[in-house]
Amino acid sequence: MSYVLGLKCRECGRLYPKEVIFVCEYCFGGVEVDYDYDAIRRVLTKAALAARPHTLWRYRELLPIEGEPTVGLSSGFTPFFRAERLAEVLEVRELYIKDDSVCHPTLSFKDRVVSIALTRAKELGFDTVACASTGNLANSVAAHAARAGLKRYIFIPADLEMGKIVASLIYHPTLIAVEGTYDEVNRLCAEIGAKYPWAFVNINIRPYYAEGSKTYGFEIAEQLGWRAPQHIVIPAAGGSLITKIGKALKELKLLGLLSEVRTKLYAAQATGCAPIVNTIKERSDIVKPVKPNTIAKSLAIGNPADGYYATKAVLDSGGWAESASDEEIIEAMKLLAETEGVFTETAGGVTLAVTKKLIEQGVIPRDQSIVVCITGNGLKTQEPLLNRLGQAMRIKPTLASFESNFANRKEVSCQ
Amino acid sequence: MPVTVRIPTPLQRLTNGQGEVACEGKSVTELLANLERSYPGIKERICDQDGKLRRFVNVFVNEEDIRFLQGDQTAVKDGDEVSIIPAIAGG
Repeated sequence: MSYVLGLKCRECGRLYPKEVIFVCEYCFGGVEVDYDYDAIRRVLTKAALAARPHTLWRYRELLPIEGEPTVGLSSGFTPFFRAERLAEVLEVRELYIKDDSVCHPTLSFKDRVVSIALTRAKELGFDTVACASTGNLANSVAAHAARAGLKRYIFIPADLEMGKIVASLIYHPTLIAVEGTYDEVNRLCAEIGAKYPWAFVNINIRPYYAEGSKTYGFEIAEQLGWRAPQHIVIPAAGGSLITKIGKALKELKLLGLLSEVRTKLYAAQATGCAPIVNTIKERSDIVKPVKPNTIAKSLAIGNPADGYYATKAVLDSGGWAESASDEEIIEAMKLLAETEGVFTETAGGVTLAVTKKLIEQGVIPRDQSIVVCITGNGLKTQEPLLNRLGQAMRIKPTLASFESNFANRKEVSCQ
Repeated sequence: MPVTVRIPTPLQRLTNGQGEVACEGKSVTELLANLERSYPGIKERICDQDGKLRRFVNVFVNEEDIRFLQGDQTAVKDGDEVSIIPAIAGG
């Protein structure tokens, strides 16, 4: 049973059937899925949810599919935990990590959007899926499509990290490395998508795909005991995740699952690619594109599709934005690993570095609840860490070698 | 040889289903005006009431976003390729 009424233009409100439509043909505004919330309210209760499996499909009524889910059946419902040791370092009272660095199966939040996109692509009759990606989406589309038996074309910028290339190729997609920035890949894919009958998850079936990001927000609220945190710091590339976390909280309020939502949303970007942060800081509604230059390649989108809506979501919530330098990103990746045992990718470094700065600036108060969104895994982006971490002590397999190396270290003591 | 303009899917109904059309003009603004003459109704889809490019439309001249060039005053010459692309894509 589906609760989807149709698609609706976010700008002019024109209605469209639930087909392969991604922009309004009159004003080019994005179209968004429109649900029958009255019907959903009757079935989606806390008691019903408590009995459901711990995957993102537990929020199925709020996801844009017609039949039963068929792709990504184990994705979502990732760990959410209180970060006591990190809170101590940052000198804040109540800090949480939402950890999608271990999302199943490809270790990033993109497994959420792809689960929905490919379930919907199959419903719409496609046998081939495709995407334009900075890496994580490439991995996720390649993996999910392999398991779903779909043909897969993956377009990436040619200079991606080796981990992200290997973690796509293993699923045997057609991987196309484009000599250009992500924005160039994206423009090319928009043109290819107009010519070939493929489901480009983040282009022609984007309205369905993007809804998957709401599950990240639903889980934060549910895992916090059906409470909306006061502050959520969110990494921004195209800006969709921020917009959808905001939408998720509003939907839970509308359905009576949250009694109050006063959450401030914060956008985190790298200083070398901060078009959304710039727009928010200028309180403008015109997003100026930039040419990216940052180690946070998964966030290196200079022309963000949802820049305008992300800016609006942040400013309407009373939140703010900040950016982090490459050096700050690496330090934050190390800090998260050393305090909380989570190895995140560069994008997670951006989010934590920005959280730290916003706290130090007094923008985020130290005595309120803060959630840091960790959306990807550090094993995929190891290059910036090479020569930046301590080294292993190399010894012979003898007790003498061990003891001669450690003899002068005070912290090593014999029993 | 005129300028080649690539038309996005939502507007191809106005160009008789053609994904590429030939057009004359010395700037992006002129191109759009001439496009309107050949395909009445197309300009109001791309531009707002003040004649400015809509927020959710991106225009590229030879693969470069015109916001990095001179916006709608960007010069075009014979043989150039212009793409009109919905902004809501990717990410």
